Amino acid sequence: MKIKIALAQINTRLGDLSSNLEHHLSIASEACQNNADLVVFPELSLTGYSLQDLVPQVAIQPSKEEPLFKQLLHASLEIDMVVGFVEEDARHRFHIAAAYISKGEIVHIHRKVHLPTYGIFDEKRFLAAGNTFRAFDTRFGRIGLLICEDFWHVSSPYLLWQDGADIFLLQSASPGRGVTDENIGSADWVETVNRSYAGLFTAFFAHSNRVGFEDGLYFWGGATLFDPDGKLVAMGPYDQESITYAEMDLSQLRRTRTRLPLLRDERPEIVLHELGRILKHD
Amino acid sequence: MIDLTINCGLVRNILVRFIHSEITRTGYQRAVINLSGGIDSAVSCALASEALGPENVLAIRLPYKTSSPDSLEHAQLLIDQLGIQSITIPISDMVEPLIGRFPEMTKTRKGNIMARVRMIIAYDQSEEFHGLVVGTGNKTEILLGYTTLFGDSACALNPIGDLYKTQVRQLARDLHIPQVIIEKPPSADLWQGQTDESELGFTYEKVDQLLYLLVDQRYQIFECIQEGFEEEFIKAVANRVQRYQFKRSLPPIAKISSRTIGADFLYFRDWGT
Repeated sequence: MKIKIALAQINTRLGDLSSNLEHHLSIASEACQNNADLVVFPELSLTGYSLQDLVPQVAIQPSKEEPLFKQLLHASLEIDMVVGFVEEDARHRFHIAAAYISKGEIVHIHRKVHLPTYGIFDEKRFLAAGNTFRAFDTRFGRIGLLICEDFWHVSSPYLLWQDGADIFLLQSASPGRGVTDENIGSADWVETVNRSYAGLFTAFFAHSNRVGFEDGLYFWGGATLFDPDGKLVAMGPYDQESITYAEMDLSQLRRTRTRLPLLRDERPEIVLHELGRILKHD
Repeated sequence: MIDLTINCGLVRNILVRFIHSEITRTGYQRAVINLSGGIDSAVSCALASEALGPENVLAIRLPYKTSSPDSLEHAQLLIDQLGIQSITIPISDMVEPLIGRFPEMTKTRKGNIMARVRMIIAYDQSEEFHGLVVGTGNKTEILLGYTTLFGDSACALNPIGDLYKTQVRQLARDLHIPQVIIEKPPSADLWQGQTDESELGFTYEKVDQLLYLLVDQRYQIFECIQEGFEEEFIKAVANRVQRYQFKRSLPPIAKISSRTIGADFLYFRDWGT
């Protein structure tokens, strides 16, 4: 099966749900016209990133009746989507979340597990952490979602890999930092890691990162898709809004894993056993 | 080797887009900048001109009677080169009546008055020109507190505040700022013969390297000594950074209520845009 993916590196209006929703719907319709099967938006794409005390104001309890999701779900009849938002749980905890929606249904919601609270980041002050990594089935195969800091921890994609994910969809709102080299320091790091993960897990790794500014923070875009050989399939431009289209040829999974059976030879039971021993000693 | 080299193309691209974004998202299209004839304001002007178009940038020249004629001339060189708009408003008539009341007034007081009068004019022109005030303070002077609070430090946005002085020089070359502006000794030009480096007691070259280790690389004092800096110099600089934190902070508000501005009422400035 071949899937055409659209990586939507958009700018957002901070705290303005209705304008961001409109932007999503217009991008989704454009991607649809270009025959894409799936469009991936960046982290917190419906709200903007630096929310601080705006968190409770923009939080959503997603359902088929919720007005904003109703419109997204309607659009998902035409094209599958991954959107970023603040999810409020039944007991009023607020999470950074990514939803995979398809054919009018919310297929899966991932709550960001690793909330960076250091340097320029202050997420734990305002938000609750998720505590699961679960792969899920879609019409294109088994997928795993990760949000930004989640994939700075190697255990996150590892768990999804062991849970059956062959396609990894990563969202970011990554602020640029480091201007001494050829490329933005944080962009370099993210690209290197995505490429390494694709090769190490012999899987597809798609990354959608936003663009624009929030106060002094600058988001660099540069969406990427790496294939199971760790090869770059497509890359979006830095700094500007853009939809990057790329084809995922899922039969590549078989070819790569025949040549390089890392998944077959992985020994998760040793990881489990040794972690059990290590954690017990603590 | 402590290397403060920046990728000028990368930095220029970010700062130009930063100026454009932070000005246009507030509904403005234009910028006003106090242009002293020195390198920092020249770089801010060049970046703003690239971001908004030269017709949308107003450079303000604000000479005092003791200001070096070179300052005016160098500012004009840049105005002509960029094709930006300009206005010249001598400040002596505004500053003198206040200074005249206090015959014993120190140079520091006089310098602060000049810096604050220049701020008043920038904000007045901001209203008239319908543009935001773009700042010109570099990271070195902000960290060292080598600036007049509510004077030259006042602005709506500051594109060069995360660049050390020696990095501003690199960017100035990339922006083709006139050589004479890049090469002259940095000076606030508040009184005749004043230069930054004689007043501070060290060179920008040296202090930028130390600040880079202390601030950017989070070195401890003993590690800076291992890198070859004198302990006395390190401590003097570290103390200065600490002493002038107040110039980098909004005034503290006494917390009384359940929700206090700045403490637990937290929003980005770009809220809603």
